Order: sequence, then structure tokens, then C-alpha cells
Amino acid sequence: MGQRITIDPITRLEGHGKIEIFLDDKGDVANAYFQVPELRGFEKFAEGRMAEEMPRITPKICGVCPTTHHLASTKALDDLFHVDPPRPAKLIRELINSAFLTEDHALHFYFLGGPDFVVGPDAPAGERNILGVVAKVGLEIGGYVIEMRKRIRNIITVLGGRVIHPVCGLPGGVSKGLTAEDREEFLKTAEDAIEFAKFSLGIFGDVVLKNDTYVNLIVGDVYKHQTYYMGLVDENNKVNLYDGDVRVVTPTGEEFAKFKPQAYTEHIAEHVEPWSYIKYPYLKNVGWKGFVDGPDSGVYRVAPLARLNASDGMATPLAQVEYEKMYETLGGKPAHNTLAYHWARLVELLYSAERMKELLEDDDIMSDNIRTIPTETPTEGVGIVEAPRGTLIHHYKTDERGVITMANLIVATVGNSAAICMSIERAARGLIKGGNVNEGLLNMVEMAFRAYDPCFGCATHSVPGEMPLVVEVKNQDGEVVERLSQFVDG
Amino acid sequence: MAKPKVAIYWNASCGGCEEAWVDLNEDILAVADAVDIVLWPVALDFKKSHVEALDDGEIAVSFLNGGVRTSEQEEWSHLLRRKSGLIIAFGACAHLGGIPGLANFYTKDDIFEAAYGYLPTVENKEGTTPQLTTKMPEGELELPEIYDTVYPLDQIIDVDYYIPGCTVPADLIMEAVTAVLKGELPPKGSVLAPSKSLCDECDRNDSKPDKMEITELKRPHLTFMDPEKCFLAEGVICMGPATRAGCGQRCINANMPCRGCFGPTDDVKDHGAKFLSALASIIEINDPEEMDRLVESIPDPSGLSYMYSLASSLLARKRFERETVKA
Repeated sequence: MGQRITIDPITRLEGHGKIEIFLDDKGDVANAYFQVPELRGFEKFAEGRMAEEMPRITPKICGVCPTTHHLASTKALDDLFHVDPPRPAKLIRELINSAFLTEDHALHFYFLGGPDFVVGPDAPAGERNILGVVAKVGLEIGGYVIEMRKRIRNIITVLGGRVIHPVCGLPGGVSKGLTAEDREEFLKTAEDAIEFAKFSLGIFGDVVLKNDTYVNLIVGDVYKHQTYYMGLVDENNKVNLYDGDVRVVTPTGEEFAKFKPQAYTEHIAEHVEPWSYIKYPYLKNVGWKGFVDGPDSGVYRVAPLARLNASDGMATPLAQVEYEKMYETLGGKPAHNTLAYHWARLVELLYSAERMKELLEDDDIMSDNIRTIPTETPTEGVGIVEAPRGTLIHHYKTDERGVITMANLIVATVGNSAAICMSIERAARGLIKGGNVNEGLLNMVEMAFRAYDPCFGCATHSVPGEMPLVVEVKNQDGEVVERLSQFVDG
Repeated sequence: MAKPKVAIYWNASCGGCEEAWVDLNEDILAVADAVDIVLWPVALDFKKSHVEALDDGEIAVSFLNGGVRTSEQEEWSHLLRRKSGLIIAFGACAHLGGIPGLANFYTKDDIFEAAYGYLPTVENKEGTTPQLTTKMPEGELELPEIYDTVYPLDQIIDVDYYIPGCTVPADLIMEAVTAVLKGELPPKGSVLAPSKSLCDECDRNDSKPDKMEITELKRPHLTFMDPEKCFLAEGVICMGPATRAGCGQRCINANMPCRGCFGPTDDVKDHGAKFLSALASIIEINDPEEMDRLVESIPDPSGLSYMYSLASSLLARKRFERETVKA
């Protein structure tokens, strides 16, 4: 038996994500496993609860993306209670979702994923964080990012009651409307957010795209998987983050399926492994062939790059320009380059900011017609929204009193769970040869999964700095023979 | 003088309590300046061994969020108790069990049966379930044990103070940090928030009739809620009378009733029971049949009144042979 490497994301010490890499006798990678060692059982304890409370219960799955859980849950209730919310309510909900996507994508770029590029993948580990970004692009940027995050989050606080775990969603609408004063302030925020998104794309262009090393890293083979891609699209097959049909494209970019949320069980199944609490979704009509890519494997990917791959473009003008530019540089659609998730995230950042402005400029948003009271007997409902980290599915059944009898949740990051395993394994294989573990492994492996902005137990990326990793190389007796860490021990 | 050492740690939590620290915005820099943060897994690289290497009691204060439901979380809680002068249970889950504590209506087996069994997208003909150890061709993989029960922190270790809320508002965090730094703390066991009810400070108080009398209960999605009026007076269940103030009326501001994330006031042990008795005292129905109808209209009274506090209630969980907590 060869050596064994444990990569324990220290952010997950209580156990949300762990990577085990096994080496063979030659010291090459025999296999790599990504494990999620926690399960909180939301689907089970939803049973017995009153359906209308679900939008207040399910956000507690994730305090980092509670907003999208709240909205997916609320949309599932619209379907369950057979009620169509008035248009102004839909505008308000989409505004909340757009504000959330904007601030969350920005957070990822500046605080988490971006430092790899802006500061550099091989920069000293202690500089690969938000402070390093600030040092590189200028001191005032830190304040600018914090200020924009605060203002955009304020939109959710005002409309949702609280930015962490908002509460305004009800089947048939929202509990609170928009005041003229708030609208004026939010419009200003949206306009500034568009400039902020352009500015962010500018940094990406200057720092990343003008650097051949980075471009080669993005288009290189270590970070590439030919998979299916999934995302919500509008009636013109443009990306929509709040509503629409689910579209799936093949690894060569043809439409494979397009379906209403209610039909998701005909298309998605989940595989179970004994060594992880997480499940592995795949396309039912292709089948589970293991942790492999290609057209014969049902593994699909979700989240920014997948959404752009699964669409025909962006519905807002500035984002469309960036969309075209991205695919031109990457050599066409679909792009399989995992690191291009960072780029796609910035295209969506711009889209979300533009969309906020569009929604706020729509006079309907000021209407006080924000609720339709359900009158029909509740039965079953599915709600899908696009979370920052991918397609998020809530599916409930109730008895005639509206008490939950079944809840099925396919949470955004879970959609990428198989692909994350594959990406980690490939990065490890690319780096570890003949038992040599070099320090570059740490960041290269980390970059492989950080591109997905993973959110395993649900909170990996909320704080300045990055997701630190510790790699321990153990011999067969379990003794640590080498320990590498990205941060200087304090 | 050396800065006081502070640890921030998470057990079975959602990450919202980590975001709460980040939402201090500029103030987080002031906090980071005044103390020496020796553990904050989301931001800093300290392994368990680093914490183990500290002297017992060397950490001035540890803020722990999340309930406890795995063997690993239990070990961490004991370790931090040993190393810390003060333990502060941070947020509703550490304080009361929180919403994940609703899992105490079921067992771990029930949870597995759903997650890996009957849910509609699961394809699992072999009946595979996650195992504590799995032999793979290359070696063995391990997972931590998940308990049947979610425990609030004080059922696992001795807790000095509590900061309530899902999640904790910024002003309460800053007040707690300031109190620790100045050494101006109330008696051990205190909840660091006002001990009055949410109703006492609610902006809708003036809309209350002199005598509250309700004859029906309305579920929030089935009625229009007047943004000025007391929810309970309108027949919409609001946990305000039994719930501690200090949240800033966040849900009320969104025109939604309280669900009790701050837990009960000082003199109350069982939050849900307190609420149900408060509710009973304002129901004005004499006809038994009408009373039955009212009771029937809220099909999940226990899930509603114990939404955040089931794990800390006198009942604690649905009865079954209770597992032994390993010390």
C-alpha cells in the first residue's frame, strides 16, 4: 500500500469537506476522494411542518446563500398552492435575487477566487488573499468593495427584513412592497453596481487576460472536463437567474434537454456512495457511469460557466458584450475550462447589476398589488432558482392542510459534487508524480475546487482570506511524513 | 499588555453566524485590532493541534456557534471549554438548538431513510448508506459519527454566556465584545440581550386593543397582513409575547410575524410552552366545537412554537431511548 494524503480544508474542521488522495507504489495518484462528512437532515425534519413556514426554515441550510433558498422555497409554494403572484411581487423577488447574486459574486472575486489570479497562483501564500488584492490594485479598492457590498446587501435587508435569512416570501407574493424613497436609493445603488461590475471585469482583463501564464492556465488541460451543463433560461434561451426553464446542453453544446421545473425528476437522479454524506446528481437519461466526463457520463455541471454554456447569451446589453468576448477568447462554446468559472462569474455580476436597474426602472415594481391569496387546496410544488453556486431545486408535497409530507432538495453546490471530485483528482494527478508533493500542489488543487465557489456545509467563503488547506502526507502507518500549509503558523 | 486571545468556532451551523461577524463591516477591523484571534477556521489556519498546544484557560473567550450533532463537534466543544476562560454560546443554534434542532422530531435512521432512500431523485437499488469506515481499493475512508439528537451547547459543556438570535445582530456582538474587553460582564449564565419581550418594544404596540381577544387563528399566507397592526390581535401567530427583545424587530419590519429566534426571556425555561400559554390567555372562545376548529386550524403547533427551541425544551426531542453523550 502506498502513501496517503489528507487534504483537510481547515474551514471545515468540524467536517463539511475533506479530500483524501491515495498514492500507488510508484508514488503516483491512485485515486482521490472528496468527502462531505456532515448531514443535517433538513428534508426529513421538514416533514410535519406547515408549508408556509418552509421559506423561513430552509434558508438555515446555508447562511451564506439563504436568499436563494428563501426564493426557491417561496416559488415551490406558489406551485404547491396553485397561485400565480402578481407581477410586482415577482419583480421584487427577482430584485432581491439579483442584489444577492451581485454582492455574492463580487465577494467571491475579491475575497476568495480572485486572489489566485490578481495576486498570482504562485505568489507567497500569505499574500494570496484580499489584502494581497488590495496591495496589487490599490488601497482604496478594499474600502470600495466593502462599501458596495454593504449597499447592495441593504436592498435585501430593507425588502427581506434581514440580509441573513430573509423572511418576506409567501406563496402568491411578498409581504412588503417598495417605497419611493427606497426605490430612488436602490436605483443609485444599481447604477453604481454596474460601474463596479465593469471595474471588476477591467481588473480581470488587465491582470489576468494580459498575462500569458494565466491565460495558459485557464485554457490548459489540468482544469478541463468535458461535461454536460445545466442552467435556467428565459424564452429566448438567455440566462435567467430567477425563473424560466431548465436547459441542459451536451459536452459539444447541443441542446440535450429543456424542461419545466416540475419535470426535474424525469431528468435528474442522485447517486449514493458509502464514503460521503453528500449525494451525486447526474442526468438520468444518460446514466451514472462513475466519476468520469464525456458524452456517455451523466455528470453535469452547474453555476456560472455552466449557465453561460447552457444558454444562447445574456439578456442585458453590457453583459452580452462580455459574454461574446469570453467565448471568443476561450475558443468557442461550450467552454470546458473550469478556471473560466471565475470569468463567467464576472459576466453574471454585470448581468445581475444591469438586471437590478431594469427591475427598479419598471414602474410596476411600485404597485401595492404584491400578493394573491391562495384559494386552492395545496398538493405538490417545485421551485427552481439559480443560486450563485448553481441550480437550486426545492420540491414539496403536502396533505390537504398544507402540512409537508415530502421535501426533496437538490442544493446548488451538490449539483457540482461529482465534477468537483473529478477536478480535484485531475489536478492531483497532474501534480503528484513519483511521490513528490510540491508546495504548488496545495494551491493548484485548491484552485481546482475553488473555481466552483463551493459551499459545502454552506459557508466556506465569507471572510477575508481564502479557504486555507492543510495537506498531510502520511505513510501506511498513518504517521505524518510531511505537512504543508498555506498560512504561516501563528 | 498582551491582547486577550479570542476564538471563534462553528459546530453544526449554516455559516450565517460567520457572516454576522463579517457584517460588522468596518467594525470587524476594530475588533481584530483589540484582540488576538487565535482560532477562526473560516479565515485562519489553525489546526486542532494548535489549540491543544495552548495552556488551559489561555483563550480569554471563545464564541461558539451551531448546535452539536457529531462526535467531532463534541470533541471540539470540550477542547475549547478546557482552553477558554469564558465560553459564549453564539446565536440561536448554540443557544437553543435552532432550526436544525427540529431534527429532534426524528432519529438519524429516519434522516438516512429519506436522504438515501425514498426521496424521488435517489437511485439507490443497493440501499447504500454512508458508513463510518469504507474500504476502498486504495485504502480506508472515514466519516465522523452523526448523533440521533441535536444538542444546544450547554447540554455538552458548561456555558458562561449566551448571545441570542438567528443570526446575532451587529450591535449585540459589539456590546458583548466590549463587555468582555472591559470586564463588565453580568452574572454567569446571562443572556447578553434585554430581558423584556419583543412585544414590549414592538412598533406595533400602539395598535393593540386594550384587551386582546381572538376568536380565530389565521395562517400568514392566507390573510393580508396590515403593516401597522399587531399580528396577534389580527389572529396571526406571532411569537412576540414569549420571545426576548433585542433583534431590532427584523421580521416585523418585513411585515412578517416573529418566530422566536431570540428564545425566551430570563425567567422562562420552556419557550414553546410559554408561548402556548400566552396564546391561550387571549383566545376568547367558549364553545368547545369552535375551540376544536381553532386548534385544528394550526396543524403543527409544536413545530411552530418550538421552531428554534425544540432541542433546549423540557421535551428536548421526540421520546426514544436517549443515547449517552460521550464525555
